[in-house]
Amino acid sequence: MIPAAFDYVAPTSVDEALSALAEAGDDAKVLAGGQSLLPILRMRLNAPEKVVDLGRIEALRGVRDEGDHLAIGAMTPYSDVVDDALVREHAGLLVKAVETVADPQIRHRGTLGGALVHADPAGDVGAPVLALDATLVVVGPGGERTVPAAEFFQDLFETSVADGELLTEIRIPKHTGWGSAYEKFVRVSHQWSIVAVAATVRVEGGSIAEARIGLTNMGSTPLRATAVEQALVGKGAADLADACAAAAEGTNPPSDLNGDADYRRHLAGVLARRAVQKAMEG
Amino acid sequence: MTAVDDRPQAAPEIGNARRRKEDQRLVTGRTKWTDNIQLPGMLHLAMVRSPFAHAKIGAIETSEAKAVPGVMAVYTSADIADIQGVCITAWPVTADQKTPDHLPMPGDRVAHAGEIVAVVVARSAAVARDAAELVDVDYEELPAVLDLKAATTDEVLAHPGLETNKSAFWQLDSKGGGTGGDIEEAIAKAREGGIVIEREYRQQRLIPAFMEPRSTVVDPTGEQVVMWSATQIPHVLRFCIAATTGLPESKIRVIAPDVGGGFGGKLQSTPEEFITLAVARKLGKPIKYTETRSETMVSAHHGRDQWQKLTLAAEKDGTVTGLKVDLICDLGAYAAIVGGGVPVLGAWMFNSIYKFDAYQFNCTNYYTNKTWVDAYRGAGRPEATYAIERMMDELAAEVGVDPLEIREKNWIRHDEFPFTTVAGMTYDSGNYEAATEKAKELFGYDELRAEQKRRRDEKDPVQLGIGVSTFTEMCGLAPSRVLGSLNYGAGGWESASIRMLATGTVEVITGASAHGQGHETAWSQIVADRLGVPFESVEVLHGDTQIAPKGMDTYGSRSLVVGGEALVLAADKVIEKAKPFAAHMLEASVDDLEFSQGRFTVKGTDKGVGITDIALGAFAGHDYPEGVEPSIDADATYDPVNFSFPHGTHLCAMEVDTETGQSTMRKYVCVDDIGNIINPLIVEGQVHGGLVQGIAQALWEGAEYDEQGTLVSGSFVDYTLPTSADTISFVTDHTTSPATSNTLGTKGVGEAGTIASTPAVVNAVVDALRPFGVDDVLMPCTPERVWKAIQSGGGTQDAETTSAQQAHFDEGTPNQDPAAGTTDGVVQ
Repeated sequence: MIPAAFDYVAPTSVDEALSALAEAGDDAKVLAGGQSLLPILRMRLNAPEKVVDLGRIEALRGVRDEGDHLAIGAMTPYSDVVDDALVREHAGLLVKAVETVADPQIRHRGTLGGALVHADPAGDVGAPVLALDATLVVVGPGGERTVPAAEFFQDLFETSVADGELLTEIRIPKHTGWGSAYEKFVRVSHQWSIVAVAATVRVEGGSIAEARIGLTNMGSTPLRATAVEQALVGKGAADLADACAAAAEGTNPPSDLNGDADYRRHLAGVLARRAVQKAMEG
Repeated sequence: MTAVDDRPQAAPEIGNARRRKEDQRLVTGRTKWTDNIQLPGMLHLAMVRSPFAHAKIGAIETSEAKAVPGVMAVYTSADIADIQGVCITAWPVTADQKTPDHLPMPGDRVAHAGEIVAVVVARSAAVARDAAELVDVDYEELPAVLDLKAATTDEVLAHPGLETNKSAFWQLDSKGGGTGGDIEEAIAKAREGGIVIEREYRQQRLIPAFMEPRSTVVDPTGEQVVMWSATQIPHVLRFCIAATTGLPESKIRVIAPDVGGGFGGKLQSTPEEFITLAVARKLGKPIKYTETRSETMVSAHHGRDQWQKLTLAAEKDGTVTGLKVDLICDLGAYAAIVGGGVPVLGAWMFNSIYKFDAYQFNCTNYYTNKTWVDAYRGAGRPEATYAIERMMDELAAEVGVDPLEIREKNWIRHDEFPFTTVAGMTYDSGNYEAATEKAKELFGYDELRAEQKRRRDEKDPVQLGIGVSTFTEMCGLAPSRVLGSLNYGAGGWESASIRMLATGTVEVITGASAHGQGHETAWSQIVADRLGVPFESVEVLHGDTQIAPKGMDTYGSRSLVVGGEALVLAADKVIEKAKPFAAHMLEASVDDLEFSQGRFTVKGTDKGVGITDIALGAFAGHDYPEGVEPSIDADATYDPVNFSFPHGTHLCAMEVDTETGQSTMRKYVCVDDIGNIINPLIVEGQVHGGLVQGIAQALWEGAEYDEQGTLVSGSFVDYTLPTSADTISFVTDHTTSPATSNTLGTKGVGEAGTIASTPAVVNAVVDALRPFGVDDVLMPCTPERVWKAIQSGGGTQDAETTSAQQAHFDEGTPNQDPAAGTTDGVVQ
């Protein structure tokens, strides 16, 4: 599998990367971990004039403690996210979701920011980032702006990151002490999610004080199940089914070889209940 | 000094779980795969393939591609018309079989998406690929027939010139053939006072998905044209080239270097091989073509693809009196090399291990505008085994007894061997009771049945199902006379040579062509024992028509059963040829010699000489007996007298999550009787790999096309191959009833796991769902299909099995809706 010819640049700073993008106009593609871009190029589904590789920009990697939130560099590989002590302590849901991505090889190459900007609705990082109320830092020729996760995902493979801009950082409010679970439904282990539900809850006295629910592959973008979140408040572990049954309300899931939309809606309810149950256990 | 030989006796190699001697190079990849081959001045190809399933080829504009720097030529069909050859069918199953012409590069019409219409030749593969994008082909789309059942109506024709989609009808009838009773009588009788079970099952289309994509290099610069190819069949391929391209067979050398898997998928003479050869001849330069994985998926042949209508007649107590099989089979766009013969191989297997009074097998093959279909691990036998093992479970459910009990009532008892079946095959040996007993014990059958009952009683959302498959298969393809009687275009013999080198090592040449099976190790073990030489001293050579000039190659679990016997014959000839040398050297009579552990000794004395010393003596030629040639090398060709019949009992426990439809394997036990075992480690590997491939058919894999004839599952994103993360640790064991038709007593193991496991898994899934009124789930049993099956029964346990699920053929509706559980717009 040989991609069409393209120019390749590997800047070492964000500014250089932005200049490279500006020069190329809309014929450039940004290479993060390459786990989605390279197959697309190799199958010649896309043939950009220029590929801007962010792999040498050290400043875009790693996790910082910023007091009330964590700042995760967009080029941090999945495997680093999963292994990071800060993320494990303060954003457990992200760990639970990211450790289900594909296989170990891909988790060592693929990056959190790359997956978010690629915005495949079947990808596993959108729902937890949405559920955790993250803020995304985007820089462009006009400077830096922040985007709430709820406004970040626009449509299938489309985010608020415009041509010429880069996602540099993911800020995640600390959810210290929250229980979390990611219920991913697949037929084979390395598959994209057929449906997945990300749940994180704060439990007080055996019942739910706060809940955050994200849905994977239930529409053209990751979705937040706010009605379920509200219905769960005050509920105990034995009392989740009714609240979770509404998980698929307002969703528009796809139909494909793995299942039709109705089946996905059914799964969303079952998986939401299971995810919340597990989240309550820790 | 006594006459007792007190040298240490070497432990026998046969039965030793040796690690494979070829694995160092194969596992590290530090070896010669076809794509590694670099020749001076070599040029590269990229194929231009049709995106349409059925279309007339109009003008092909190549000038833009030709103008790309580095492009040497762009050829269309007309440019290579006189030398491109033909993809041939070795097995027209009937004299009146309709067979469309299959040119490697058609000039007028494409009959499936992925067919090659032009080829770009360039200095690098990258340039060739870029330029191929610039070739502009005018297509005039024609109506395409994609669905197998639609093909039977002839409303749309895959090949308008044939005037029908039907390729051939093939029948085996026990009454007509004198091997049993009248099937219609048996069914009529059962309708009155017994049980008739009618079911229709789907064998979905599969993609062999070998690890190494196919690759071909052709060097036309010497006296012989040399072709390296990632093929299972270098010898057959050489024949095909000679038969269709005008090149004399003696001017063609085909080499299969190390080949990364095949599973039947490299048992073909491919358009890509013919086109690479044609371009090399045309330009007089070495040419390489290596396909992409996406090209493998659409252009390498697929497997399975049948609808199976089955009518089983039985007495009220579950004694089967007859089985009628009506198959329709999708050959895809062309009759491949075995092609229509693959489903026909099932004819002798639907009766499996059972004693039926009457049997009829009807097989009708059809063309569609999809990728051609041919042998895939098991080839005809998995389809048959699936059907009969599913039916035996249905019968058990109908009679209300354990599935093992219904099988025991009908199977051939161990004291009845040799047994000639209702299909006319003579099974030489077997012991179904012993394998089943051992499997039950290893499985914890009674405990799991108790757990199943408990879960049912408690209405556990996770139900347990237990699936049984007591399979047999026919291996060791094949006695040449039998192949001749079936109109097959070749024999089934195998060849071997042994060269006793002067320095004590031994070269073994085999006509079997390993592509990952471990022949080098197993062959070394056989020869080490037979000739009494060290395992390490044996070198196995194969896969090159100049080194191993005769061979029928590797498929159908034949290499050991047929090729291993050729090896034994050759080794015995070596010993016979060495005898007069030994007598001469020991100054004894030939009649006084004994051969053991690599040494000839004179009976009753301590005088002896080693066979490697004789080899050195023969090499020197200074002093050897009158009347013999100065060589102890030998060649042998073995033609089997019968097939071999491995069998086994496979037990599978599946947990089915009734809330989601997800099926998870809990336990898998198989006890296979494959006769004597040469290398238990290799056998273990074959069984494990085979099991996963069969389980994958049951649960995961399926080649799906859309209504335009595009392969939807054209990459590993959508063609869901399992990995080790998706499987559990299997319990494997053996019973041993040596084959009586060959000296090694082997039966073959390459396909056993694949053949047996599919019905075991589906039977387990269905068993879990029976309380919900479910008696079938289409393969692959996706969670969605399982969940929908549960919903169709009302979603609750203790649902009555409805007439809709038990529908009768006579009512004109199959018991399976082809669209059940599939997504809209996806053709089954």
